[in-house]
Amino acid sequence: MTPAEEKAFTQRRAARSRVIGLVLAALAVLFFLITVVRMGKH
Amino acid sequence: MPVLEIEAARIAARMPHTGALTHSTSDWRDYFALLKPRVVALVVYTGAVGVIAARAPIHPVIAFTAILAIALGAGAAGALNMWWEADLDIRMKRTASRPIPAGRIGSKAALEFAVICAVASILLMQIAVGLFAATLLLVSILFYAVIYTVWLKRRTPQNIVIGGAAGAFPPLIGWVAATGHVTALPILLFAIIFIWTPPHFWALALFVQKDYANAGVPMLPLTHGNAETRRQIWLYSLALVATTLAPIAIGATGPLYAVLAVGLGAAFLWFAWGTYRNTADDPKAMKPEKRLFGYSILYLFLLFGGIAIDALLR
Repeated sequence: MTPAEEKAFTQRRAARSRVIGLVLAALAVLFFLITVVRMGKH
Repeated sequence: MPVLEIEAARIAARMPHTGALTHSTSDWRDYFALLKPRVVALVVYTGAVGVIAARAPIHPVIAFTAILAIALGAGAAGALNMWWEADLDIRMKRTASRPIPAGRIGSKAALEFAVICAVASILLMQIAVGLFAATLLLVSILFYAVIYTVWLKRRTPQNIVIGGAAGAFPPLIGWVAATGHVTALPILLFAIIFIWTPPHFWALALFVQKDYANAGVPMLPLTHGNAETRRQIWLYSLALVATTLAPIAIGATGPLYAVLAVGLGAAFLWFAWGTYRNTADDPKAMKPEKRLFGYSILYLFLLFGGIAIDALLR
């Protein structure tokens, strides 16, 4: 891998990790809200 | 593209994720593209209309989660479709730049992503809404990924007739998420999309039939000719407009929907008639088909918007 390819590879991996992190954080918030709503029903 | 090259691409597309792709590590946008975001946008829209049309008390968080699960499930079905059809996609101009045929995502990685999304969507629906909606979502994913993609698409010109049911599920699932049961209106919403699908896709198939021929997909214009396809478009258009009038007949919708269904339906028939009357075999002379295809998208968008607004006003 050339340095340019390695840089691009690292950038893509970092961007993907950020997106996965955001999705997981959003899911955590969503599950919290679902739990609150479901508990409220009971 | 030579046959050997196509075969090599097909094998490569089905090969497990290899070193060559590991080096380039797929961009997150490629995974997003696997979910067919434009199709998902329409699914979200029709699913939301199903929730709104139900006019049932549903908590906004649960409604949002239900629509999110429908979207994720539809995206998963789209990704499974792209995984299975990588060998077809590489032979069609319209689809050759998709992530798998373009080599930006490995076949194994795409399959794993699709399965994770499918399972997540069903679990999400089950946890937030319930078993009935989750089961319908599972059926819709399997219908698109297995019955349409794997079984029908390469075998019969009726592929999109039966496969159209897959795209018709979202408003039904949205309705069930809101109410927990099924009545006549959600079945009619299902029927509208189901009957809308053949004239929509056959109009497209008429002017991109060369692509389908290259890929070996037995679309109606290739198996039965352009004239028969145009006749079928006309017949399905009549059935479609009749179906859109059924909610009015059973009193499930109000006057706004009635005006929209009649006006939009008349325009649909006008475009379908133009297609039926056209005798051109050259795609360049298929303006009526292109107009019908473009209008059919607008038609569904406005008609379902009318159903939602009508429900909100009542």
